[in-house]
Amino acid sequence: MNEFIPLTWHDTLYLAPELVLAAVFLVLIVTDLLLPQRVNRSIIGWLSLGGLLLSLGFVIWRMMDMNPSGVSAEEAAQAGQVISLLGASYLVDDYGNLLKIIFLIGTSLIVLMALGSTQKDEAVTDKAEFYYLLLPATAGAMIMASSGNLVTLYIGLELLSITSYVLVGLRKGSTLSAEAAFKYVVTGGIASAFVLFGMSYLYGVTGSVSLADFPSALPQAFTDYKALVYVGFFFLIAGFGIKIAAAPFHAWAPDVYQGAPTPISAFLAVIAKGAALAAVFRFLYSSAFFLSGGSKDQVGDDVFFALLVIAAAAMLIGTVSALRQKQSKRLLALSGVANAGYLLVPIAISVTIVHSNNFSEFAFYLVAYLLMNVGAFAVVTVIARSSGHEELKGFSGLYYRAPWTAAAMLIFILSLSGLPITGGFFGKLFILLGAASVKAYWLVAIMAVSTVISYYFYFGIIRQMFMRSNGDEEDVVTVPAVTGVVIWICAAATVALGILPGPLMKWIDTVFSIQADLFVR
Amino acid sequence: MTDLTDLPILSIILVTPLIGLLVVLLLPKHRNRWLQTAAIIATLIPLVLSLWLYADYDKHQGGSAYGEQNAWVEVPLNKETQASNGVTSYTLTFQYDVGIDGLSLPLIILTTLITAMAAFASIYVKKRWKAFYAWFLLLETGVLGVFMARDLFLFFIFFEITLIAMYFLIGIWGYFNRERAANQFVIYNGLGSAIMLIAFILLVNTAGFHIDQETSSFVYSGSYADIFRNLTDPSAWVNLAPDQVGGMNPFHMSDTMQTVIFLLLVVAFGIKLPILPFHTWMLKVHNEAHPAIVMIHSGILLKMGAYGLIRFGIVLFPEQAKDWAVVLASLGLANLLYGALVAFRQTELKLVLAYSSISHMGIVLLGLAAFNEIGLQGAIFQLVSHGLISALLFLIVGSLYERTKTTTLSELGGLARSMPFISGILLAGGLASLGLPGMSGFVGEFLSLLGLFDTQPWIAGFSVLGVILTAVYMLRAVMKTTFGPIDERYLAVKDARLIEALPMIVLLAFILLLGCFPSVLTDTLQYSVEGIFKPLFSSRMGG
Repeated sequence: MNEFIPLTWHDTLYLAPELVLAAVFLVLIVTDLLLPQRVNRSIIGWLSLGGLLLSLGFVIWRMMDMNPSGVSAEEAAQAGQVISLLGASYLVDDYGNLLKIIFLIGTSLIVLMALGSTQKDEAVTDKAEFYYLLLPATAGAMIMASSGNLVTLYIGLELLSITSYVLVGLRKGSTLSAEAAFKYVVTGGIASAFVLFGMSYLYGVTGSVSLADFPSALPQAFTDYKALVYVGFFFLIAGFGIKIAAAPFHAWAPDVYQGAPTPISAFLAVIAKGAALAAVFRFLYSSAFFLSGGSKDQVGDDVFFALLVIAAAAMLIGTVSALRQKQSKRLLALSGVANAGYLLVPIAISVTIVHSNNFSEFAFYLVAYLLMNVGAFAVVTVIARSSGHEELKGFSGLYYRAPWTAAAMLIFILSLSGLPITGGFFGKLFILLGAASVKAYWLVAIMAVSTVISYYFYFGIIRQMFMRSNGDEEDVVTVPAVTGVVIWICAAATVALGILPGPLMKWIDTVFSIQADLFVR
Repeated sequence: MTDLTDLPILSIILVTPLIGLLVVLLLPKHRNRWLQTAAIIATLIPLVLSLWLYADYDKHQGGSAYGEQNAWVEVPLNKETQASNGVTSYTLTFQYDVGIDGLSLPLIILTTLITAMAAFASIYVKKRWKAFYAWFLLLETGVLGVFMARDLFLFFIFFEITLIAMYFLIGIWGYFNRERAANQFVIYNGLGSAIMLIAFILLVNTAGFHIDQETSSFVYSGSYADIFRNLTDPSAWVNLAPDQVGGMNPFHMSDTMQTVIFLLLVVAFGIKLPILPFHTWMLKVHNEAHPAIVMIHSGILLKMGAYGLIRFGIVLFPEQAKDWAVVLASLGLANLLYGALVAFRQTELKLVLAYSSISHMGIVLLGLAAFNEIGLQGAIFQLVSHGLISALLFLIVGSLYERTKTTTLSELGGLARSMPFISGILLAGGLASLGLPGMSGFVGEFLSLLGLFDTQPWIAGFSVLGVILTAVYMLRAVMKTTFGPIDERYLAVKDARLIEALPMIVLLAFILLLGCFPSVLTDTLQYSVEGIFKPLFSSRMGG
């Protein structure tokens, strides 16, 4: 359907964000080789940050170019404001751009966090790699958000995965890190295999790997090869389920998050998870969506229902298994499982006549989740540095030792537990309203119940910080300046979203259109 | 008197404690006296303003003159699936919408009064003063916001602010088992809030939806007024059955759903009230939290439950409330008798008072279940009255504990000898609590039961038994504390200081005022209670 046109020089401009990351990555590898040993590698970190921000600049510029002021998303859709490259295998549209902005801001904050924590971390021997490997990983996430073709999607997925395997194992001095890296390679490999297996079935029945061909090809394929279509979809969901760390595919997450360097845990929790969710979102709405909602039983309805079940399981299993958790990073990993469940809800409830706001809900909660999670991980790095471990009891008496950091952590925890006045509250509220408007009441109930269960361990952290005193080690917690910046950017933005969620939602709504930006044409 | 309606008076009342909070944060942390003074001033200003508001309040007009509305959250929803219908905009709006009426105004005054008195009573806070007063003032804003909010989600946010503030106040400044009490508090009330949120979401998704025909825009609104209007308007989408509009109406609220929402609201607010099986958390809070905090908790926070039940449960779902009135009355009776019987067995003064609160909240439920004007008036009167009385009693408990270091009944006794003033006030408070005519407790109980005799005479008959039991346990507790042989340890203790005596006198004065001149309150209540019931009986219940 889409004629394949090779890239022209002009087209590379559309790919500028990804190309910038790749170029900076290559330059930094060489720089790292040429720089003498005595030079502090934090310079590489700052340069990586520069690369990320440059890429962010390109994305924003592209967005402004594609969304001239005064034009609504619908009008833009009519004007066909989408750049489709290489036979619709790579799409530069508002869906991809919005998510790229989220990924790039998230990774920038994570690089800053790493600059604060990794410099002093003896276990990380190759500090330069630690920074510049984040660039291709982010590029992979961006490719996943922009791909309009299963092969491109898979390339993005692998680029992200393989670099993060390395990043997880970078604390060479720690056996936990090696263990985590090994576990991640194995489960990640299985996930990739599942994804690829599912893709091959879909290719087999439709004869195409392009998402643009699925709407027309799938219904026929479904009547001919019912079982094979089911196999294809469910393997894909299982594979992405592992990447998202949604229950029952979450068992790897606590171990890997615990062993990985903390900034990388944050990267896995936010960017890797977000990218996989983004891929699932676009993929399902170009394929399963066209096989759903009709009068007869169709695979799409089952796929969306399976996703709802996974979301519910993730919320319940994530929160329940976090109840007895005493290690802060494992706790955040399991809370990430529950949050994966919340993030899956807007995707899984599908689009109906009264409710088509799925992407805004998803993106808003992803932003809120990014802020609170990156912030919480940043506080963990601070705690780990002063107490030498990452157990929850390291938080004890934080109020006395670092009152401002304790206050920021309080904001993150309130946001994680979905209490006002934070972005997490409105994020959950919008998702709940969406789920209720499609009458998925059982899901609303499960979300609410799992949120209440989660109070138990979230408030456990608050109790440690504000109500326990730290008897024997009254040491002062020092917060590195860059980490402080990360913590306070996240805290301020979380509160801002909690007081006025309107502007962000409005902005997403004005640039995003389902027809123009989500469906692949 | 200048016209109050020119000023955003409600917002001023709401924001004053927050300004106080900022001042407290700026003061040095070891200056206890400065911090307390700042807190007292920050609570007195809303008190004065709310009394002024009460004087200025025009009973006939209701509170509409003071309402303030501002757009707060306007979220455009994706409308691509609606494009064929020519929908121009599809939005979700929450408003900053505050207002008062005869139902909330007495509770607002109760709040400002009791928090100001609790600020005086905080002299015995021994550590981390700065944080204490910060959370204390935040709590006041939260409670005031709950009583003023006229938007479902604004209400919810203020409700949660009180949850968070109370968690810290219980968990840091309480007695030995404070952390467990705080934990139990947050889990139970968190569950209540979650259930409330589900009910609100269902409401907004059905009754909150309306179509503006002129601009052809679809709106989900969290506004209480909109929801009330839609529910009472037979041509609103929420009331149109699907077959009336050609097969599909996702906004229709079926009878089953109405019952479900009503019951969700009863459970949500019942946990706060507390209704019987959900009461264990509040015993712990009464027993473990600092007395100044228990004053607020028992005096005001429990009232939020009853307020929510009236405002959302009964006003929005009168038919369901009427159908379930027998259940509510039975629960009220259970609360009343269980609280009274168990209070009689307690050996700890604080727990006697805690069970007494359960018992008295039973009377509120009975008044609501009467489902007539007198009963509802009685219930609201009982809320205010019990707020004052329990605040007074816990104020005394705090002062006693500072002197005796115990509140176990068996170790107390004869305190009238060394502390005549405090003992006298305790006796007066006890008498008010057991419903002695001439004090406020009597009026509330009398009106509630009077209303109930009209509609459910059997339950009302049994309830009288509870009133007698109240006298028994209350007098037992007071006698054991003040009369009998005195322990030598307590011979030398001093009577109340001025700063302690002042709030006691003020609270007792209000109790007597309401007892002797109930019309001060009932006049205001009458009009708004009529205002609540009239539209219900005329339009919803068919005459």
